[in-house]
Amino acid sequence: MSGRDLSGAEILLEALSDLWVEVIFGYPGGAVLPIYDALHRQKRIRHILVRHEQGAVHAAEGYARASGKPGVVLVTSGPGATNAVTGITDALMDSIPVIVITGQVATHLIGTDAFQECDTVGITRHCSKHNYLVKETARLAEVVHEAFHIATSGRPGPVVIDLPKDVQVARARYQRPGAIAHRSYRPKIKGDLAAIAAAAEMLASAERPILYTGGGIINSGPMAAQKLRELADLCGAPVTSTLMGLGAYPASSPQFLGMLGMHGTYEANMAMNQCDLMVCLGARFDDRVTGRLDGFSPGSRKIHVDIDPSSFNKTVRVDLAIEGDVGHVLDDLVKIWKSRGLRPTVAEEWWNRIRGWRAVDCLAFTQAGPEIEPQHAIARLRAATAHLDPIITTEVGQHQMWAAQHFPFEKPNRWLTSGGLGTMGYGLPAAIGAQVAFPTKLVIDIAGEASILMNIQEMSTAVQYRLPVKVFVLNNEYMGMVRQWQDLTYEGRHAESYTEALPDFVKLAEAYGWKGIRIDTADALDAGIAEMLAHAGPVFVDCRVKKHANCFPMIPSGAAHTEMLLSQSDVAGELDTAAEALV
Amino acid sequence: MATRPLFPHEPAERHTLSVLVDNEAGVLGRITGLFSARGYNIESLTVADVSADHAVSRITIVTTGPRRVIDQIHAQLERLVPVHSVTDLTEAGPHVERELALVKVVGKGEARVEALRLADIFRARPVDTTTGSFIFEISGSTQKVDQFIALMREVGLVEVARTGVAAMARGAESA
Repeated sequence: MSGRDLSGAEILLEALSDLWVEVIFGYPGGAVLPIYDALHRQKRIRHILVRHEQGAVHAAEGYARASGKPGVVLVTSGPGATNAVTGITDALMDSIPVIVITGQVATHLIGTDAFQECDTVGITRHCSKHNYLVKETARLAEVVHEAFHIATSGRPGPVVIDLPKDVQVARARYQRPGAIAHRSYRPKIKGDLAAIAAAAEMLASAERPILYTGGGIINSGPMAAQKLRELADLCGAPVTSTLMGLGAYPASSPQFLGMLGMHGTYEANMAMNQCDLMVCLGARFDDRVTGRLDGFSPGSRKIHVDIDPSSFNKTVRVDLAIEGDVGHVLDDLVKIWKSRGLRPTVAEEWWNRIRGWRAVDCLAFTQAGPEIEPQHAIARLRAATAHLDPIITTEVGQHQMWAAQHFPFEKPNRWLTSGGLGTMGYGLPAAIGAQVAFPTKLVIDIAGEASILMNIQEMSTAVQYRLPVKVFVLNNEYMGMVRQWQDLTYEGRHAESYTEALPDFVKLAEAYGWKGIRIDTADALDAGIAEMLAHAGPVFVDCRVKKHANCFPMIPSGAAHTEMLLSQSDVAGELDTAAEALV
Repeated sequence: MATRPLFPHEPAERHTLSVLVDNEAGVLGRITGLFSARGYNIESLTVADVSADHAVSRITIVTTGPRRVIDQIHAQLERLVPVHSVTDLTEAGPHVERELALVKVVGKGEARVEALRLADIFRARPVDTTTGSFIFEISGSTQKVDQFIALMREVGLVEVARTGVAAMARGAESA
């Protein structure tokens, strides 16, 4: 086959079709007009017009995280590209496969400060997994296929393709490239069998083991979550999860200790502290997980399974590092465990200790009176929707941590949140992306009133494409997490953390063509949620919650797992300078 | 503000890394950007195309840091898509390290004679001369070049240009 003579714009769309792309999230502009014209003349790829380029990337992330397929973004040069940078960085931090196609001024204008020119490859070099500036149309097809390969394999991440306008217009032959055999990029999928066998023996001789699981289990695909369940059944160890890993292991299992880390459960953090063997599966010892490094699980041996070897020994020294895809490694670990007839040696005393920590009931709260406790709002939302197996997205802040604590998941790909970068404004566009992937599923963005305003314009996108997303705002009129830190560190001086001049969210929702519901009191909560679920289109719920509630448990910045604050009464009020400098 | 190192109690080591990369636009930016973004040190960095088809460049980086940071640098470099291989020459065993410097010395009379005499001892070669100046070319280990420059400061040194370190493992093996 000799291929067909096509324009660069047409080659781009042909390549995307060959890569099974069904939808692009984008926003047009001068430097991508040839691509938009080609999009207009075809029917295979659908385009979702967002209202801001940051929203396009978050929507693509939501689509990718919910469906397991890569998300695709198309934006123009200059401001289109720079607006996408926050989303690209978010995808890098959380290892989400996204391909971002940016328009660029014509090649002869590059470097002349042309209208809407910016150095996109320079700006995105360190916030993408890889990027390309394509200077010849003949190279385009190969670059697009390679970009997908890089974005979706190994540790997934965002890949940027910068496409000058003249390259979109010039013609070349399109031929579907064969298998990608990259000269230097070859991620390791299978783990070293001798190392996996050593891990199995360590796990089979541990008295106080714990499985510490992360977003890698979800990125690896459904097999990894399945194999994690098998391994947990076989070895009988307790399981905890990072924020990014929630859903990989069923929260209803008696072996599940809940989320660990800064706002994790008492039992998860105490078990991490006192275990004799920690098996880290697709997680990366983030500072929100470890707390103070010299106080992090001092008496344990540690096994780390990661597809990215640069995660090994970055902050925490491990005894055994296994490079490979966590799903494949778990598969081999389960096989070796069975073939060697290994038996768990988990001490009954270990589970007794865990039962003792659980008895603290660290997530308990009391709903009394008309004022809604934020945890209660989430618990009622969960009670009303669990049977519908919803996809939950969040913004960033207190509501995000309360959702992680009080909205348990049984399956992966149901929980979409911005973990590494902590991007306020993530939840609504991510919900839109997830809803595009699953048009009939219930998708809810659990939000805060401050975060939701950061990408509020995407309400318009939901209306245009009849996407029935629900936004459930826990409105306390504060940037709650900022205020919480001010309570903890600055003696309650609330500098600029009160959200003055909030809009009337019900009227705002109606102005966009959404249904708006306001819930003011605890007795109206269930009815309000039922009304939200009964409406077929998008719904915005302004749920007024207690204004000064803080999120506990909490390991303050710079503290160890054992120095956890369980309630407001533990709060000291002011930290020393060294602790204040930590984030 | 001085930054507090992540591993304050671990001694710093000097390592020479040899990195083979695709010879493409922006590749040097990826490497230097990685070092600045993550706060790693660069003592010297050299880069040149080294393959017959101009497809591959060798970047030689001299860096310092605690052992764990050196291992991180190694892993982070290997993570970059256009990087073919990273060899820690200091770790791998005996290797040769050389750099070249051009040293301009201005002076007359006894200082000028002394400069020429010292250059001869160091096997530095005059590559330009006027009645009032020399440019010497010297190559050797970083230490040797440092010593030569220190001596030249006393006899009229006005300008130095150094290439930074190029390095290679000894023996028949190739990286």
